Amino acid sequence: MTQVAEDIEREAGAEAVVKKFMFVNRKAPHGTIYALEGLEVVLISAAFDQDVSLAFLDDGVYQLLKGQETKAIGVKNFSPTYRALEGYDVEKLYVERESLEARGISEQQLLVAVQVVSAGEMAELMEQQDVIISS
Amino acid sequence: MNIGLLINEGPYSHQAADSAWQFAKAALARGHRIQRVFFYNDGVHNATKLTEPPQDDRHIVNRWSRLAEEHGTDLVVCVAAGLRRGLVEENLAPGFRISGLGQLVEAGIESDRLVVFGD
Repeated sequence: MTQVAEDIEREAGAEAVVKKFMFVNRKAPHGTIYALEGLEVVLISAAFDQDVSLAFLDDGVYQLLKGQETKAIGVKNFSPTYRALEGYDVEKLYVERESLEARGISEQQLLVAVQVVSAGEMAELMEQQDVIISS
Repeated sequence: MNIGLLINEGPYSHQAADSAWQFAKAALARGHRIQRVFFYNDGVHNATKLTEPPQDDRHIVNRWSRLAEEHGTDLVVCVAAGLRRGLVEENLAPGFRISGLGQLVEAGIESDRLVVFGD
């Protein structure tokens, strides 16, 4: 193969790479920075045309609660950003049913449309991923 | 295998930086390639040259610098996470560079495995 043909093939190959990225959120929105900085990675990843999904489990389900008010603790309320994800073509949000139930949260209390899945289904989804970034 | 590493915790306060370095050494010894090490969250503190641990303790920062020197490993510190914590170009240890989060996503795309160290 000529050098030019090799270059073209490599470039075409590079463009074709679409991996399944899952961002796993396990922590409450405030108290630590993980949720906020995790969300920043999600927004950047949207620019790379990858197959992006988000998973919320354990205290991570609190990140999606409606009506968050952070004034009294003096930190930024970044929860509206979850509503903006759709505009970035990030539409696959999975929430673990067991985590919601353990905390007495219903799907109606969440600020975005999500897919509620069982722990078993969540495990299957994770199994399908190429890259899992957790915090 | 081409391996990317993500480190989300600060040195000394958390095992993550030690485990990641040990993992990198072991992987290299087995003939794998470390495509990139990306430092995020408090992990950015792994990159400051101001670090001075007691003499009888391991020097986590210098250990990374040595890895970069010996193996050409790409050590990338997130610019936004770094700025938040006062980590800027002037206090960067040798072998590290500052760049954007895109480098983390790229590591996910280009490596065969991305291994995350942190809670």
